[in-house]
Amino acid sequence: MRLSKAWIIAARDFKIFRRVKNVWYSIIIFPVVISVLFPAILEYLAIRGSHGLAAPSVLPNLLTSFSFFLVIGAAYVPLGIASYSIVGEKVEKSLEPLLATPLTDAEILLGKAISAIIPTLVAMYAAAAVFMVGIDEVTFSTLGYYYFPNWNIATLLLVLMPVAIVMSVLFSVIVSSRVNDVRSANSFGIFILFPLLGIYLLSETSIITLDVNGLLIISGVLLAVAVALFFVSTKTFRREEILTKWK
Amino acid sequence: MIDTDNLTKKFGDLTAVENLTLHVDDGEVFGFLGPNGAGKTTTVRMLCCLISKTSGNATVGGYQIGSKEDSLKIRKIIGLVPDNVGLSENLTAYDNLDFYGKIYDCTTAQRKENIQRFLDMLGLWDKRNVLAGTFSKGMKQKLAIARALIHEPQVIFMDEPTANLDPEASKTVRDFILQLKKEKKTIFLNTHNLDEAQRICDKVAIMNTSLRATGTPQELERSVSGRKTVVGLEQQVNDVVLRALKKLPLKNLSSEGNTITFDVEDPDKENSPVVEAIVQAGGHVRSINVVGSTLEDTYLKLVRK
Repeated sequence: MRLSKAWIIAARDFKIFRRVKNVWYSIIIFPVVISVLFPAILEYLAIRGSHGLAAPSVLPNLLTSFSFFLVIGAAYVPLGIASYSIVGEKVEKSLEPLLATPLTDAEILLGKAISAIIPTLVAMYAAAAVFMVGIDEVTFSTLGYYYFPNWNIATLLLVLMPVAIVMSVLFSVIVSSRVNDVRSANSFGIFILFPLLGIYLLSETSIITLDVNGLLIISGVLLAVAVALFFVSTKTFRREEILTKWK
Repeated sequence: MIDTDNLTKKFGDLTAVENLTLHVDDGEVFGFLGPNGAGKTTTVRMLCCLISKTSGNATVGGYQIGSKEDSLKIRKIIGLVPDNVGLSENLTAYDNLDFYGKIYDCTTAQRKENIQRFLDMLGLWDKRNVLAGTFSKGMKQKLAIARALIHEPQVIFMDEPTANLDPEASKTVRDFILQLKKEKKTIFLNTHNLDEAQRICDKVAIMNTSLRATGTPQELERSVSGRKTVVGLEQQVNDVVLRALKKLPLKNLSSEGNTITFDVEDPDKENSPVVEAIVQAGGHVRSINVVGSTLEDTYLKLVRK
């Protein structure tokens, strides 16, 4: 597999995305909401003096929970991009000439994955930076120290988030093979968020903890899911399947 | 350049292409004729290594289809114009071509030169920075052809390149194919436009799941349907004349208005008794012509078999 070929596809997709508003919305809205909303909630609680939630003893748990939304966002953002990238080609029927070139199926699939993963990572890391600065700004007076950065967020951003993005992209590839429009691809793609929401709920009920060890275990589990999705997606993303069986 | 030997493709119980054996020479424009659903697109997809064969063999440029290593080599030497143009609508005409040039490892200079050359030839150079999505059908078709040529392939597969185009756009595309023919490109042209096949192709094959005939358009016209005699009378053809002609061993005898038509193998021998019979039955012959059957006659006869 030649990475340079996959990059040509990704670079072409980036050019296309610049002109597709829906992709921009996918990349911008959720990261902006996460990075601004959570610090704003804490600021609001602080102004109201709701010390129950914003008390120094409770705050670290609350911040860990908030941080997990970065992972949920990271899984959500590529749904819109990958769906457009693959279903968009289906709609334009531009996959057939692409498949007639000397590219391998793996190179095309990797190119599509890169084109969804890179904008998501950039958007989510930017959102995470704003989120951390905002939270630190709001919580410093209560905690007496800057909560971020810490090992938890490092594990979350550097291990769990990339795994969640890859898992989401691979799931989008599978969904895209079965639907005919971007909206349906997005609707079905949302299912990939359920396991992450489940993890969040389990953490809220203290069944699991989102400390470094917990995050590494979750990353391992999601990685196993991603590997399984990879095998399904490579079976789905074969030229004969695409030309004869994709609806 | 292209050889197939009993090439077969089945989708479950459905046989799309059955025992196809044909040969396309280097530099030849080969017309692949057949009705919708005849297996033309499936054949092209097999030859372009897009789908697998069920049985049989085929080579393109000496490389075997179905072999993983050869598939990549085949795809390097071919260009495909699919039945759906399949352009990236949110890219400009230039970017569409540039992308494919990069995939085929063309250098920056080659890409620039070929993009300008082909867009110029197809009258699209002025529109190079316009989004492909805003193009008319004819312009998109031309751009798809330019895309298939960007790496200067040895073989070009074109699947219905003039379907749904207006006469002017069709002519431009046809003229361009003729230009490629002059440059000795091998072109495999899927079409059900018989007039187009007759004008452009060196050789044609008629297909309806299996191969029905192959040869030059002229050979097919002669060998399959033969010739016809058309007799013009001064008056309407009446029952007396028809009864007299039915006594003769004529094939496919038919009449309409004041014209009588029948198949003929040796006009010198067979036409005289016909004229005699008409005159004896009181008819007045105004004209008698021997006409060859058209490719359309041949095509219809073969695909209905």
